[in-house]
Amino acid sequence: MRPPPPTPHTPQPLAPSHTISSILQLQHLIKRFDAFTAVDDLSLDIAAGEFLTFLGASGSGKTTTLRMIAGFERPTSGEILMEGTSITPLPPFKRDINTVFQSYALFPHMSVRDNVGYGLRMRGVPKAEIGKRVEEALQMVQLGHLGERAPRQLSGGQQQRVALARALVNRPRVLLLDEPLGALDLKLRKEMQLELKQLNKLLGITFIYVTHDQEEALTMSDRIALMRNGRIEQLSGPREMYEEPVSRYVADFIGETNLLQTTAARRLGGSAARLTIAGREFEASATPSWVEGKPAWLAVRPEHVRPASADGPGSLPVTVVDAVFTGVITRVHTTIDGGGHLVLHWPAERLAPEAGATLMVTWPTERGRCVGD
Amino acid sequence: MSATSPPGDEPRPSDPGERDSATRERGSPLGPSRRTAKPDWLDWVRARPRIRTLIGAGLPVGFVTVLLLFPYLFLFAHSFFRLTNGRLTHELTLENYRRLFGTALYPNTILFSAGIAARVTIVALLLAYPLAYLLAFKVKRHRNLMYMAVIIPLWVSYLVRAYAWKIILGQEGILNGFLKWAHLIDQPVTFLLYSKWAVIIALIHIYTPFTLMPIYAVLEAIPPALKEASQDLYASRWQTFRHVVLPLSLPGVVAGCTFSFVLSMGDFIAPGLLGGNDSALMVSNLVVSLFGVAFNWPLGAAVSVVMLVLTFTLLWLANKIETAMNYAGTPARRQETAVGAVGAGGLRK
Repeated sequence: MRPPPPTPHTPQPLAPSHTISSILQLQHLIKRFDAFTAVDDLSLDIAAGEFLTFLGASGSGKTTTLRMIAGFERPTSGEILMEGTSITPLPPFKRDINTVFQSYALFPHMSVRDNVGYGLRMRGVPKAEIGKRVEEALQMVQLGHLGERAPRQLSGGQQQRVALARALVNRPRVLLLDEPLGALDLKLRKEMQLELKQLNKLLGITFIYVTHDQEEALTMSDRIALMRNGRIEQLSGPREMYEEPVSRYVADFIGETNLLQTTAARRLGGSAARLTIAGREFEASATPSWVEGKPAWLAVRPEHVRPASADGPGSLPVTVVDAVFTGVITRVHTTIDGGGHLVLHWPAERLAPEAGATLMVTWPTERGRCVGD
Repeated sequence: MSATSPPGDEPRPSDPGERDSATRERGSPLGPSRRTAKPDWLDWVRARPRIRTLIGAGLPVGFVTVLLLFPYLFLFAHSFFRLTNGRLTHELTLENYRRLFGTALYPNTILFSAGIAARVTIVALLLAYPLAYLLAFKVKRHRNLMYMAVIIPLWVSYLVRAYAWKIILGQEGILNGFLKWAHLIDQPVTFLLYSKWAVIIALIHIYTPFTLMPIYAVLEAIPPALKEASQDLYASRWQTFRHVVLPLSLPGVVAGCTFSFVLSMGDFIAPGLLGGNDSALMVSNLVVSLFGVAFNWPLGAAVSVVMLVLTFTLLWLANKIETAMNYAGTPARRQETAVGAVGAGGLRK
């Protein structure tokens, strides 16, 4: 990738305190469609230059939130501030924000070049400068040779790049991306994920990304806002979200997780909890989603579960159902004696067990998390 | 089926029609050996896919040939026949065309008709486009109902709609009655009916839905994301209309205008009922009188042929323009011409 055109806005480092350099502030946003509440009292500060992802299942309110930031939807109540000034009443064409649409939304009656130059023409930028900037933008997405083509003559991946160039050529402060990679095949999607991340760091433009693909979110984001029923269930960096899910929902949504049902749960001192699974006691770190007296689950990732050398405290007897070799790892599916399923990634150096074998498994105490519903 | 029929003629279960008959036959108490319900020739035809295809395609082709191509050929042939002492003689001549183009009446009538049609087209477009726009983008609830409200008049007999204008514009008509009631006039106004303008008004009324349908079809097919993308790229609502919606709707505009122009240019009922001395004579009225009153079939045929050529040229041109302006991309959309657009407009939700 060639270096991008110089931007008037110099890239700003992520500030430690996002109150100082937050570019967008969402304050108590609520959006109702008739009886349905799509976004339910959502507040969030977005730092200048960061890559923030709204992650969630369909209907969780992520796209509605993005559309409110773009200006396509008016919030029922709440405010959107851009650098401290309210932009809530502004129509989309008066916001210094551009969008890459899920369907790309390229203008079919214009060439690639005219598509990319559209925003500049509408803003009355001088012709000579438009030509120069359009060329630069097309170079940036490696489509310099296709300027005269019509959008329909391009492949899906190329159309996606045109849509990206059409937004970035305007040098917006904030770029919104609404599942832009959804229609691409896996290989191209992986490439584009890395390219988008590089562009974000290179241009210093704030990227706000919407996806339902948790892997995509983990790959690209500085921070992820995991949405559920119009609210943010967890807001954190990808690693923290993966390793320290705050609730059963997050643990289940992000990556692969064993959620072991407990018959009893008791809070110990600090943030520890003692859980009873299949008649055995386990310690785990308690999350705020669990309240003593309510149902609790022990969440543990398959890669943290290992076969135990002997029966002892912190180990669980299981029966092997199947061992599936997937290339990188061997996934062993088991049933817990006393009910429930458990999956573990089998150590590569050991021979995988046969179906029907019984064995003991264990995991580091700090990897187990006590989550509530 | 008789016992003599060849073994290869057993009904194949893959064909739904034959499966039915097979079931029926199996259910018969007489058993398969007595299956004599169908005549032999049917089995003979079914066993021969080529003949089946020929029958299937032959019917519509024959229909078009007998009812459309032959009449056109007869018309074309008649335009070269001679009329001597009021009798048709089958002797080839260019006399009719010479007279057609040599007499000012015929070209002038064609031009006059085109003028009327042009005015109808312009006004119908000015009425239909905003209405189609409102229907496609602004009406959220009851959109089908509103669309039907525009289309339903097409089911009312043409004659009824033309006569309705007689009732409205006539000397003792509704309009005059209203003007008198409002004390705006003392005596009924007579220039309303039997004038060029009455014809134009009636034709506008009759052909505006035809203009609306293709425009609505293309407007409705514009993805909402395109308008949002335009606004996202700093275009105001007017600029979005000017640079995105309008260009994308032009194929529909061309289709709609072709409809209203071609149909109103060929109209003879509205000018016959509502036209005055100046306007009872549009080109189709001329053809009607040449065939019916003057009994000059050859000249009537010649005028018809000229009109046919003009109309086909126009349709061909419109189709060319539509195809060139249709950017939507998919081959199916690109082939959507005037007729296709109307079909889509009617069927779309």
